Amino acid sequence: MNFFLISLLKTAIVAGAFMTTLAYLQWIERKVLAHIQLRLGPYRVGFNGLLQPLADVVKLATKEGFVPSHVNTFFYVLAPFLAVLFALISVCVIPFGPSVEIFGVRTDLGLADINIGVLFVLAISSVGVYGIALGGWASNNKYSLLGGLRSSAQMISYELPMAIALAAPLLLLNDLSLRTIVNEQAGFYLGFIPRWSVFQMPFPQIVSFLIFLVSAFAETNRVPFDLPEAENELVGGFHTEYSSLNFAAFFMAEYANMITVTCMATALFLGGWQPLWPSEFGSDFVPVILLLAGAAMLFYHGVFEPIQGRKWDRVSFPAFGAIFAGLALLFLIPVLKPILVPLFWFIAKTGILLFLFIWVRGTLPRFRYDQLMNFTWKFLFPVAIVNLLVTAFAVALQGQKN
Amino acid sequence: MIETPASTRKMTLNMGPQHPSTHGVLRVVLELDGETVVGAQPEIGFLHTGIEKQCEALTYPQVIPLTDRVDYLANLSNNLCYVLAVEKLLGVEAPPRAVWTRVLLTELTRINSHLVWLGTHALDMGAMSMFFYCTRDREELLKIFEMFSGQRLMTSYFRIGGLALDHPRGGLEACHKFIKMFPSKIDEYETLLDNNPIWKSRTIGVGTVPVETLLAMGATGPMIRAAGIPWDARKDEPYSGYQNFEFDVPTRTENDVYARYRVRMEEMRQSLRIMKQALEGMPEGPYQADAPKVVLPQREKMKTQMEALIYHFKIVTEGVRVPPGEVYQVIESPRGELGYYIVSDGSSKPFRVHMRTPSFGNIQTLGVMCEGGLIADTVASMGSMDFVLGDTDR
Repeated sequence: MNFFLISLLKTAIVAGAFMTTLAYLQWIERKVLAHIQLRLGPYRVGFNGLLQPLADVVKLATKEGFVPSHVNTFFYVLAPFLAVLFALISVCVIPFGPSVEIFGVRTDLGLADINIGVLFVLAISSVGVYGIALGGWASNNKYSLLGGLRSSAQMISYELPMAIALAAPLLLLNDLSLRTIVNEQAGFYLGFIPRWSVFQMPFPQIVSFLIFLVSAFAETNRVPFDLPEAENELVGGFHTEYSSLNFAAFFMAEYANMITVTCMATALFLGGWQPLWPSEFGSDFVPVILLLAGAAMLFYHGVFEPIQGRKWDRVSFPAFGAIFAGLALLFLIPVLKPILVPLFWFIAKTGILLFLFIWVRGTLPRFRYDQLMNFTWKFLFPVAIVNLLVTAFAVALQGQKN
Repeated sequence: MIETPASTRKMTLNMGPQHPSTHGVLRVVLELDGETVVGAQPEIGFLHTGIEKQCEALTYPQVIPLTDRVDYLANLSNNLCYVLAVEKLLGVEAPPRAVWTRVLLTELTRINSHLVWLGTHALDMGAMSMFFYCTRDREELLKIFEMFSGQRLMTSYFRIGGLALDHPRGGLEACHKFIKMFPSKIDEYETLLDNNPIWKSRTIGVGTVPVETLLAMGATGPMIRAAGIPWDARKDEPYSGYQNFEFDVPTRTENDVYARYRVRMEEMRQSLRIMKQALEGMPEGPYQADAPKVVLPQREKMKTQMEALIYHFKIVTEGVRVPPGEVYQVIESPRGELGYYIVSDGSSKPFRVHMRTPSFGNIQTLGVMCEGGLIADTVASMGSMDFVLGDTDR
């Protein structure tokens, strides 16, 4: 009984948090992109556009869900829901933090801990192609068809180097459960180099981390691999014919995939919630310092140096500063500390990777279809295999030594 | 459908007239074999304005604002070409100050046009941010246009026999400032694009056309200069005092999208060089020719002198009477060779105005250029042509 209750509660929390993150990831992307491109980004709806995601959802939900007459209705309606289903389902195996004790109940931070977590995520992300391919095909539109074709070819091709890149750290860590994998990466070499997969002996997995990241860009259809929805070539790509919530579902699936993939990268390569340096050297105070610095900056800009022409900043900046300072204080409460600090490290690492996704979008041009295929088959794939072989040798040699 | 095996069936894709990367309303009918383009047929006419015909109903000075609308990114080049043609018919010569100012501003127009081209071209390739950086610098340039003519886009600053107004206060200083600021910006664009392997792989070796085809179809400007033909009307048929300026005509031999990109980047630098010389050698003196039958008199003169008032009345009510004859004037617009052919029957309205526009010639090569490439190459090739649809359909 207790188990069901806790599971339900956790599911509710994770689902709520995940959906909010999805919505605000889009806000963050628009803001970051805007500042790269010398614009302001959304700032009309709510303070600094903070309510923009809500406005977008309301706008999309109240639009007419138009089904064109020339489509294959069944698959047309099914496709976006397949996409969003498979995008959201992988979240349930991702561990966000260690097992902690809340109100006397011991529980893991994360929904499920299945012993084949890595395989599960890989399998689900492969099925995710169906949403896009079916959507492109069922739309009965030439642009959509091309988009769907490109996307299925691309995702299947990039699945290979991605899976092989994943296999290398698995050799080092000896388990398929994501929670065990993160626990394996605890500890430090020489007292300060973290034992994350990217640094782990006998063979640091930097190469396989990079391959994983590149494949992740392709898997999530992001620039420079955004060929399926290349606006300047295929208008809208596979979602040309979609409107209203059907379109929102595709949109959500893309961002959900982004978050899942970065969470996977964090758990597998960057040590999940393990801190960057040991807590003896004060790594527990990093969130407090960062949040207080942010609060101080907001106070300073709000009170002493508000941007001209934006009079709300005088009110909103100190208010957010106060919220930041309050959050910083939360990290100092002894009861909450063991829960919040690992969560902070996990979110920080994932956030940095997500920022990288957005940053790349603002900088790079798009690949061409054949170049994309050449890149994966002639470069990424062989490099991933070589990396796997070298890792295997290194692990075997070390095993002999022991 | 049954007799043709599935493997040889082609797909026809209508790219445009509403498509994000056709820059206006061009329609390209693509024959596709998978992703490969087997045939491409550009179709124009969706932006037909009838400007050529409309010119016949207006007096000579009234046509000037229409020429702005032909190529809305190189409006001053069009102004210049028309004005030069009419001046040739009339036998009027603009004073040196007007000539120098015309050179200064048309070179600024070239930079303006190339900036828009660079931004949209990069945007077509997926490099979003370039567009915003280009717009940022174009803003400075449009401010200069606004200072001189009061308009940012449709300037209409040149008049038959000179300029509409003398230089505004601070106009030349603004140009100086722009010349000082802009070279570092060109370097910035080049660092963003030239050091990028994706950009290079997307452009090098893409969109090549045999030189003979280019010439046969009437392509001009950066298109043929990227194919190694150093044809530039500014050098080969100097007009408006270009023989007094020192500049190079950048050429490349690769004849692909990358070469066109390099040629245009280099042209921006050369334009800055010309602008610098024009600013340094800017002569003093009147800004309008001493031709009372053609040039509207100064306001003050009109109010104080009987003769000036009569001329003003005549020009405004009757227009400028142009001696019968025909003339063809060629200039180098940012897109290539721009020609105005004007026939006069002796009245104050042109009998016929024909524009030989560079976009029209350039766009014809699209079919040859896209064949055998991928869809993405079509977009890159179209961007490298730098056409303006208003310029194609007059």
